Amino acid sequence: MNNKIINSIEALLFGAGRPLRLSEIKGLLEIDLGELELSSIKIALNSLEERYQNSSIELKEVASGYRLQVKQEFSNCLSSLWNDKSQKISKSLMETISIIAYKQPVTRGDIEEIRGVNVSTQTVRNLLERDWVKVSGYRDVPGRPALYSTTPNFLNDFNLKKINELPDLPETEEIDEEFKLQAI
Amino acid sequence: MDNIQQTQLEIPLVMGQPLEKLPDDLFIPPNAFELCLETFSGPMDLLLYLIKKENINILDLNVADITNQYIEYIELMDALKFELAGEYLVMAATLAEIKSRMLLPKPQSEEDELDPRGELIRRLQEYQRFKIASENMAILPRVDRDYYIASAGLPKFEEKTESLNLNPNDLRDIFQEILKRPDLKSSHQVAFEELSTQDKIDFILKILTKRNIVGFYKTLQKKEGKQGVAVSLLASLELAKDGLIELIQSEDNEIYIKSNNRSFN
Repeated sequence: MNNKIINSIEALLFGAGRPLRLSEIKGLLEIDLGELELSSIKIALNSLEERYQNSSIELKEVASGYRLQVKQEFSNCLSSLWNDKSQKISKSLMETISIIAYKQPVTRGDIEEIRGVNVSTQTVRNLLERDWVKVSGYRDVPGRPALYSTTPNFLNDFNLKKINELPDLPETEEIDEEFKLQAI
Repeated sequence: MDNIQQTQLEIPLVMGQPLEKLPDDLFIPPNAFELCLETFSGPMDLLLYLIKKENINILDLNVADITNQYIEYIELMDALKFELAGEYLVMAATLAEIKSRMLLPKPQSEEDELDPRGELIRRLQEYQRFKIASENMAILPRVDRDYYIASAGLPKFEEKTESLNLNPNDLRDIFQEILKRPDLKSSHQVAFEELSTQDKIDFILKILTKRNIVGFYKTLQKKEGKQGVAVSLLASLELAKDGLIELIQSEDNEIYIKSNNRSFN
């Protein structure tokens, strides 16, 4: 019976091709297997994780749930196969997404203030198309600019479960008051 | 504190260098320069690069030197007909402003006047934080670059609906049945225009060969009714569009058709 649950979860994750939440897995299994305890699903997920230890794939929990993925050590084998599909991310796109990720929600103006450059419509559209950011509201100032926040899919793509798993933002060095007053 | 002492040692050194030495170090072959420029994400990035090249801390920013270098870069961009983004010019103006303010003698009375570099340094520091953060984020393992989602082909799903049991004869019957269907529907009847716009155009032109101007009502015929009015109007608009006639409305709202050219047939 236990093995049946493990295999069914494996089948779901392989067939879904996207992350599945614990509650989703439970609901789907129950259609076939009848009522199940959440704990037994967790145990099954653990066994699944162990099963993959000596293989090329792994079970990973990201923001939108559990998914099966190819281990990073095998990315070299696959990168040439998929290179065309995953387009390179430009420096300015990376700067923009990092400002949104650390300071969300932010307006385009906030991003421009930090970067000192116009944020092009194309950059914003690119991030929206990747489903890395979404409009999460409008700031209550004249013009009601859109506020951008990151999406669960952004976390999924960066292999994260929560936004606070991002590396820490570097601290600002304090400006020494003494120095401030020095002339050239 | 270490930093500040270093500053005091370094600044006179940088300042002590004769100005004409700067361009040497700035010369970059034009092609390489273009490439190099594409790697900057904006004026802040360029400024940070220049500061790093001098190997100094942002806090020890020597605006005079950096301004000179920055402006050299801008001039190079200009000389190369590089499409200059406004932001680079804004930064150049900001730098020039700070530089000029620092050249002015400081009024003795206002002791607590802030260093004009303060705001620029603050912005540079803020930008640097996110620049570093974005570099850190860029090396995070990413889906479709470092990880690939595993998936497997789907099994054949069990049919939930009963399959249709058909033999060739059924198919023939269905086909015949379909062939009969159109007979049950009547086709859409299109009524042809009784009055043609082209005829009316000819009619108006014929009148206009005899006289130069004619009242719109003269082109109407009672038996044609409302449709006749519409067709006459269409015909005269058509002629007006082609510039053959002019439509004039008098004060008593009567419309006249005036020929533009007497010699048409």
